[in-house]
Amino acid sequence: MVGIVGYGSYVPRYRIKISTIADQWGDNAATIEKGLMLQEKTVPGRDEDTITIAVEAAKNAVKRAGINPQDIGAVYIGSESHPYAVKPSGTVLIDALGIGPHVHVADFEFACKAGSEAMFVAYSHVKSGNMPYAMGIGADTSQGAPGDALEYSASAGGSAYIFGSENVIAEVIDTHSFTSDTADFWRREYQMYPRHGGRFTGEPAYFKHVLNATGIILEKSGMKASDFAHAVFHMPNGRFPLKAGKTFGFTDEQMKQGWIVNLMGNTYSGSSITGFSAIMDILKPGERALLISFGSGAGSDAFVFEATENITAVQNKAPKIREMLESNRTYLTYGQYVAYRRKIQFND
Amino acid sequence: MRDVAIVGVGLTKFGELWNQGIRDMFAEAALAAMADAGVDKIDSMYVGAMSSGLYSYQEHTASVMADYIGQRGVASARVEAACSSGSQAARTGFFEVASGAADVVLVGGVEKMWDVDDGTFVLATASDQEYEAYAGVTFPGLYAMMAQVYMQKYGLTREELAQVPIKNHRHAVHNPYAQYPFELDMKTYLTAAPVADPFRLMDCSPITDGAAAIIMVPLDQAHKYTDKPVKIKGIGSATGPIALHDHKDLTRLDAVRLSAEKAYKMAGVGPDDIQFAEVHDCFSIAEIIVAEELGFFPYGTAGKAIAAGQATYGGKLVINPSGGLKAKGHPVGATGVAQLIEATLQLQGKAGKRQVENAKIGLTQNMGGSGGTSVVHILEAV
Repeated sequence: MVGIVGYGSYVPRYRIKISTIADQWGDNAATIEKGLMLQEKTVPGRDEDTITIAVEAAKNAVKRAGINPQDIGAVYIGSESHPYAVKPSGTVLIDALGIGPHVHVADFEFACKAGSEAMFVAYSHVKSGNMPYAMGIGADTSQGAPGDALEYSASAGGSAYIFGSENVIAEVIDTHSFTSDTADFWRREYQMYPRHGGRFTGEPAYFKHVLNATGIILEKSGMKASDFAHAVFHMPNGRFPLKAGKTFGFTDEQMKQGWIVNLMGNTYSGSSITGFSAIMDILKPGERALLISFGSGAGSDAFVFEATENITAVQNKAPKIREMLESNRTYLTYGQYVAYRRKIQFND
Repeated sequence: MRDVAIVGVGLTKFGELWNQGIRDMFAEAALAAMADAGVDKIDSMYVGAMSSGLYSYQEHTASVMADYIGQRGVASARVEAACSSGSQAARTGFFEVASGAADVVLVGGVEKMWDVDDGTFVLATASDQEYEAYAGVTFPGLYAMMAQVYMQKYGLTREELAQVPIKNHRHAVHNPYAQYPFELDMKTYLTAAPVADPFRLMDCSPITDGAAAIIMVPLDQAHKYTDKPVKIKGIGSATGPIALHDHKDLTRLDAVRLSAEKAYKMAGVGPDDIQFAEVHDCFSIAEIIVAEELGFFPYGTAGKAIAAGQATYGGKLVINPSGGLKAKGHPVGATGVAQLIEATLQLQGKAGKRQVENAKIGLTQNMGGSGGTSVVHILEAV
């Protein structure tokens, strides 16, 4: 049996309310909140970045797995906000956690699905018998240009998953990836903020890939919506994932635990997999969960998991994501927000 | 001149057609129109397209379309008159058939608007580039100024203005080709995103991909193609000031009145004979001013008349039974042809749940810019 042996998440304590951003730009806050189904989003502190977020999440994953970090054979971090254009994020992380140096490390990028991609590869290593444990992480301090619709959702956070074949807490039942060259959202080198194709990011991008990935994995695994206790779909806003899930008959009840976007925003590479972390926090032995990511460009990764009896013992070994989202919040003004996000220019 | 009839129509769905380029959409509509008329060969064709160059980086559009619909060899020309390109193309096709130069003419309109970043900029090229566009004003701003003046002069309220899009959305519910076939309520209207005061989003027609095509033949040959030909009884086209600041009165659109006078004269009918009209509601205020210039209501009263139900089923006449530009969608080059298609379907009794009862005579009015061009067609069931 191959599956998850440990998982962990992290979100910064700082928040900005959607209404604060709307007020800044003269938008109607109620319209935005209703349209995007968002209330607030996380903001990285001045000393936080993708690496520090990945480290926090990975520490929580190691705590839950209860393994020797030296036994981890591969570490992959998926992000679209790696602090360095050239120099890996993963090397900092392995040093911080005492992993390696006999370890394979790589940084991944695939817009919002780089995290599930890292999980996909980590899982494949263990499944093939290459190594006893491999870790896949998705973390981001997402960018959105001031005044752009993305500013309402782009947030910070991430999750880490360690795959193994002993003491598995959630078995991987099936996986599928659906990918095509669909340029709905991109950021070229030296550009500070991503650009996007407006409404093109909807039907021909998000929905095409998410619905195909979901439909195919359900067909492959011979399952239907009612076979799952929970499901989570990538959350660029509040509305898209619910619409996608309902297409296949998933109910609000099945989607509500993983639907953390109203409090967290879109943590890009950390979005669907952090929603999945919220599901892992309450998943019971024998229950199944569906994870569907989406990355612009574009593709979706699909996973079917089934919890084992080991899951209950590890859930309380590290902080749970909904507790992190719902406590210890520090709200920022728009001025503090732009300073924290370095959207204004400083003298070095 | 020979009498001319429409004997075939074809439309694409209007909306965000991500998987279709201009030639795909045009071919879909054109081939549907040819199938409707039962022809596989045409003599000549006209293509209405406002800005295939800026929208799709494709000029020489008329040749592309002739080639792509399998009619290589025919004469084909593009007609451009901003948002009235489609009906201007129809007018050109009409005269070719009327003159006896051709017997079977295809008139199509097409616009691919969703593939560019800034469609409002492209549309603004239809204004006075030197005096308006360079100064930063775009069409929502121009029509908003007209609305401001109209509301001040005639005491029109936002709640009354709202009745134009609310009515048109209600009509579109029964139009399977419409981009937004759903009802609009007052709360949504009043709280929609601001665009240019007094306009909010629901005062403005949308960005739309789509194509429309019709087949025209001499009326005396029309029964070879269909049991229900629709005669083009009158045509009028006129120009007006290209710049808004040259309008003598911002609550008037001279080109609309002039084009209507010509069309009424040619058709031998007046405004009171018109049972339904497809008009150019690019912005809510436009439908009100156009309805006045067409003679349906006295100046200063159309807004209140529309709000009182005089422009829907059971009223004086039905304006925009298709849903209009606001709810059916506005792929600019296709709009004029799509208006003629709605009129044809109404006069053939094929308009389904949006059928105007006992429809015998209808009018279409299509506008370019802020009144720089207006084209009116009057159609009759024969």
